Amino acid sequence: MAGKILATYEYTPAKVEKGYAGKTLYINLSDMTIKEKPVTEKMKELFVGGRGFGLWYLWNAVSSDTKWNDPENEIIIAGGPICGITQYPGSGKAAVVTLSPLTGCPMDNNVGGYFAPLLKFSGWDALEIQGKSDRDVIVFIDGNRGKVVIEDASDEPADTHLLAEKLTERYADSEEDKRNISVVSSGKGAENTLIGMLNVSFYDVKRKAVRVKQAGRGGSGTVFRDKKIKAIVVKYKGVTGDSNNPADKEKIINAALRLHKEIFELDKLQNRMREVGTANLVEVMNDYDLLPVMNFQYGSHPDANRITSKVFREKYFTQNVPDNCWYGCSLSCAKAVDNYEVKTGPYKGQKVCVDAAEYETIAAVAANCGIFDPEYVIEANFYCDTYGLDTISFGNIVGFAMECYERGIINKEITGGLELKFGNADAALELLHQMAKGEGFGKIAGQGVKRLREYILEKTGADAKLLRDISMEIKGLEVSMYVSKESLAQQGGYAFANKGPQHDEAWLIFMDMVNKQIPTFEDKAEALHYFPIFRTWFSLQGLCKLPWNDIVPADNAMTDEPHKIPAHVQNYVDLFNGVTGKNITKEELLLQSERVFNFQRIFNLKMGKGTREYDMPPFRLLGPATKEEYESRAERYDKQLKELGYDIEGKTTEEKMAMLRQYRESQFEKLTDAVYKRRGWNKNGVPTLETVKKLGIDFPDVVELIAKYQE
Amino acid sequence: MIKVNNEDMDFTDGMTIEDVLRIKRYSHPMITVIVNGKVIPVDSYSTHKIKDGDVINVIHMMSGGC
Ligand code: SF4
Repeated sequence: MAGKILATYEYTPAKVEKGYAGKTLYINLSDMTIKEKPVTEKMKELFVGGRGFGLWYLWNAVSSDTKWNDPENEIIIAGGPICGITQYPGSGKAAVVTLSPLTGCPMDNNVGGYFAPLLKFSGWDALEIQGKSDRDVIVFIDGNRGKVVIEDASDEPADTHLLAEKLTERYADSEEDKRNISVVSSGKGAENTLIGMLNVSFYDVKRKAVRVKQAGRGGSGTVFRDKKIKAIVVKYKGVTGDSNNPADKEKIINAALRLHKEIFELDKLQNRMREVGTANLVEVMNDYDLLPVMNFQYGSHPDANRITSKVFREKYFTQNVPDNCWYGCSLSCAKAVDNYEVKTGPYKGQKVCVDAAEYETIAAVAANCGIFDPEYVIEANFYCDTYGLDTISFGNIVGFAMECYERGIINKEITGGLELKFGNADAALELLHQMAKGEGFGKIAGQGVKRLREYILEKTGADAKLLRDISMEIKGLEVSMYVSKESLAQQGGYAFANKGPQHDEAWLIFMDMVNKQIPTFEDKAEALHYFPIFRTWFSLQGLCKLPWNDIVPADNAMTDEPHKIPAHVQNYVDLFNGVTGKNITKEELLLQSERVFNFQRIFNLKMGKGTREYDMPPFRLLGPATKEEYESRAERYDKQLKELGYDIEGKTTEEKMAMLRQYRESQFEKLTDAVYKRRGWNKNGVPTLETVKKLGIDFPDVVELIAKYQE
Repeated sequence: MIKVNNEDMDFTDGMTIEDVLRIKRYSHPMITVIVNGKVIPVDSYSTHKIKDGDVINVIHMMSGGC
């Protein structure tokens, strides 16, 4: 039974034309206002869609004093003009934008599931939610009837695996109708921590199960539950290949045919995304010493062979089912474990379908905590999902706490009796349940690595410098799962990323560390200019990044710039022009992104951050922070020091560490200068007046803000 | 001595590309091997013999969750 209706809004669904519905649905939960806002030509021109729209709405909604849990903060969910096409793989993504509880700055996530396309075909380019309800609510958008309802949800469960299924049942007219529903939900963990994430569902017709994809980073789920939203449900029946009313369908179909052909012929020889999803990276990263092991101390482990994609494929992942998170994605990487029997916690004994496990999750919850057990991975993945917790932040928190425990910085008195030794899966799971309940040590740990460090410092008086060196967060967000110690370019990729250290802005380790293709500061700066900008584009459009470079044409290596995958960039130009009827070039494509990218940087500045000091990483991101790390790779580091001209004869490990640190920190500073210069920012990391003018974002408030920071 | 991605590597007689990849632990599936400026087809990695002094580039593509 649905709860009491608190507000209703009826509308005539706009017809989508050339990728846009032309309207945004605005809801204020404080006073239950529901209304529509026009999407102007100016907005489309400057911010395009998706993350661009999200940042623009949020910019206008908050002041520099707004905190994440103030009613002014918003959650914006938007696809983008290309979102919802069914021909080209990876076209169903939603961008989610909000002020993050972890960073205090805008957070963006790019998430699969059916929500954004169904929202658009219901007549809305974006959903903008502001205010805070005084009781738990569900927002239901019926795109066929033209009706938005806010219902009391006090009696509904919060955890996703229960709620998403229940609501899919409730709002679907029949089994067949379930595919027309998508639910955004979170869970109890999001209520009691700052690392809450959002799940976005789709109905898997073959499995007859509700599946979920995650907007994981930075606490969007925490904001969602703070606003007392239990779920947002959209229902729309009638998706076709023409639902976007594209201007030139031929262009889309031709690009799509090229990519499908590549996927069918080459995926089995390249990343085997169709078989194992991103899990293939576990063995690759372990081989290249890039897999975070035990809180990023090490880059590989002999037991990593127990959690590789081979193990998951043979024992756990169901094969030969189309695992795509939106229609038409033949890359089908969204793997799942069916009929998993839960072993711990409140759902012990239930048989569930777990959306497990992606590389980032395996690396974070397992290797980074020194645990090499695939069933623990599935268990932790299930609970993080249903509790609404980000697996990357969770794995970082546990890894950090375990290292502090092993080094004697914290003890059982602090952990409430938990024996947080590396490898202790039972303790990690217990901590996960505590986080969800907001009890014991879990309540403190759930605040994220930065706040946990501050708590430990206060309680123990431990060495502040060591704690900073080994706490893997920048800007308050935990680092995603790649060891960047030997790649200066990737150190920058993490440290300068707008939302915090997530790899979706730049992943340059192979180009830099292995291929040695970007040797100079200028080369690295060029890569750190191009790739973050290019990659931003996916989140403006409603696109998935994976079909860009997880499959490449057979002749890609022979092109001038293989890392850009020129054939796929051309596909994206064709898709945009095919949908919108515009005629952009690939340079204009980059300009769309560069504008939003710089705007987001300036948004950080508005929130009192966004300058050079906030781009400083913990030393472990740059090199060995402890004696154990240095000695585990002593040959490598000794050789580097000798090549640099240091005299290391008779020197102790500590002395050599000091030399290496001085060198690497100075390299990082030089990289920072080079990247800022290339991006058109000043030495403090602030876009110059000239840059904002060039990009057309020289709005009066922007100019006034950056003027304070010009040299 | 041969050069692999700008680093010196010992040369042994009869060495193939497959051997080089194994020694360097280059296990990533998305690579292109270029020997003295010429791309080597994947199916000849096990038969293509390296010569002393060869300059080899093993270009890894980015991929995966990254
Ligand atoms: S590649 Fe994977 S994540 Fe991306 S759209 Fe396809 S199934 Fe979803």
